[in-house]
Amino acid sequence: MPEPVISATGLTKHYGDLVAVDGIDIEVAPGESFGLLGPNGAGKSTTMRMVGAVSTRTAGELRVLGLDPDTHGPEIRARLGVVPQEDNLDTELRVRDNLIVYGRYFGIPRAVCAQRADELLTFAQLEEKAKVKVDDLSGGMKRRLTIARALVNDPLVLMLDEPTTGLDPQARHVLWDRLFRLKERGTTLVLTTHYMDEAEQLCDRLVVVDHGRIMAEGSPAELIRQYSSREVVELRFGASRNESAAEQIAGLGDRIEILPDRVLVYAADGEAVLEQVSRLGLHPTTSLVRRSSLEDVFLRLTGRSLIE
Amino acid sequence: MSATDVVSPAAASAIEAARRPRRFGALYVAEHQIRAMRAYGWTIVIGGVGSPLVYLLGIGLGLAAFLDAPVADGPDGPVRYLVFVAPALLATAATTVPTEEFTYTVMAGFKWRRIFWGMNASPLAPHQIVGGLVLAAMARMLFTAVAYAGLMLAFGAVGRPWAAAVLPFVGVLGGLAFGLPLLAFSASLKDDAGQFAAVQRFVFTPMFLFSGTFYPLDTLPQWLAWIGWISPLWHASELGRWVSYGAPMSGATIAAHLGILAGMTAAGWVLARRTFVARMRG
Repeated sequence: MPEPVISATGLTKHYGDLVAVDGIDIEVAPGESFGLLGPNGAGKSTTMRMVGAVSTRTAGELRVLGLDPDTHGPEIRARLGVVPQEDNLDTELRVRDNLIVYGRYFGIPRAVCAQRADELLTFAQLEEKAKVKVDDLSGGMKRRLTIARALVNDPLVLMLDEPTTGLDPQARHVLWDRLFRLKERGTTLVLTTHYMDEAEQLCDRLVVVDHGRIMAEGSPAELIRQYSSREVVELRFGASRNESAAEQIAGLGDRIEILPDRVLVYAADGEAVLEQVSRLGLHPTTSLVRRSSLEDVFLRLTGRSLIE
Repeated sequence: MSATDVVSPAAASAIEAARRPRRFGALYVAEHQIRAMRAYGWTIVIGGVGSPLVYLLGIGLGLAAFLDAPVADGPDGPVRYLVFVAPALLATAATTVPTEEFTYTVMAGFKWRRIFWGMNASPLAPHQIVGGLVLAAMARMLFTAVAYAGLMLAFGAVGRPWAAAVLPFVGVLGGLAFGLPLLAFSASLKDDAGQFAAVQRFVFTPMFLFSGTFYPLDTLPQWLAWIGWISPLWHASELGRWVSYGAPMSGATIAAHLGILAGMTAAGWVLARRTFVARMRG
């Protein structure tokens, strides 16, 4: 097996009394697309900051590109691309100048920066916006520019912290398409997200994180297989009747979850469950059979929804 | 890591890639800052040339014509009022630069535009970000001070013509002595709840008025003169007068002025650097 680009054992971060990251172990292979899935405040961003060599760990072992961030921060950062949760483009500069100025931080000669800027604008589908002020871009375009900027040093690992948070569905799909292309080219992606669909789309393997700890690890399909059933039936009886209806259908399926607005029945065959429900004389106001998702895995592991 | 260590290709490429940023990082930050200054380039140029023009005209043609009593002596007797005031005005102009570049620019970098966080994720280290900000501000101070010195020359406001070449550096030193502690302060703020306006009103303005800018400091009663003693502006103005027309001053006094300015600059640098590191590497 090739040397991992990231390997952490017992990685821990304290802020005073607060334990943000509580001894996590991760290993990411070159070319892999690795995700940290968890709710806000789970410790994903803190982990990313430690891996990105901008936050010192409190305890544990950490190697990025085979180097220790405590002693080789600039070296590690020189070969990483970072897409932060909040955009930090220079809004006073034009789109293309943002790429050039950022490339200079890596010691890349001006002429090379200019050439790469043009290539990256094409990749980010922003060629026509080259001379526009950053402030005049839409949210999705700013995100794409931030990703282009993170690629200016031809990174070995691209780290994305909540890459599509705050974007409309269409802009998200455009962004996913770009990231998928990078993945196909063999760029190692490490991303955090609290969107299960994003994790399913982009990650070969992921860890589910909660309260600074890893709850489970595997590919999206493995996690679903291991922690959920093949299908899920979503039943809505109305907020006041969900609980009593759930008692009546208690024996159906593998497992039942009662949420404030709906009842979930986990089963291999959703349609069969639905038939049994109506045979019991229950008539939900709406019902839906769907495939299990990482959302269900998370609910199973933590008893909570990802997005609260 | 020593040369004998066996490193993976990825690690070797990282070590190679960080060589230039480790050496020249501060210059890259300065390059960015100076590029960003172009957005308000006209303000810098008009402020840099217009402000001395107004002051030198106003004082040279107005106030000086009205004053009879000489306020200060050079080696060959009394000097004209304009010659006395001009070095202090130059130092003031240089000292004004940090009230913008080391206040709002810093808050913008951390909070409003967040560009420092972008720099932070690159190979640059926090102390290089500080270094780059200082270099860029020095460039602006130097531009302002050179413009001032040029106009002083044109107005006959320098005692010895060659002094016009040295005065800008005295101005920059004064600007740094005032600016670097201010930079450290600004970097420690999470929010601007009027602190920068307060610095302008309650630090900069009194300093400007009570630093022996328009009259010799010993004119003031002791209970006000202390403002001058701790003011980098007074020390820079006095040095400027010595350079410009040879204001009588002992070697020890000159060394004290220089020492205090250098000391404030160094202390501000250490504090600013520490504040940036604490904030960016937590």
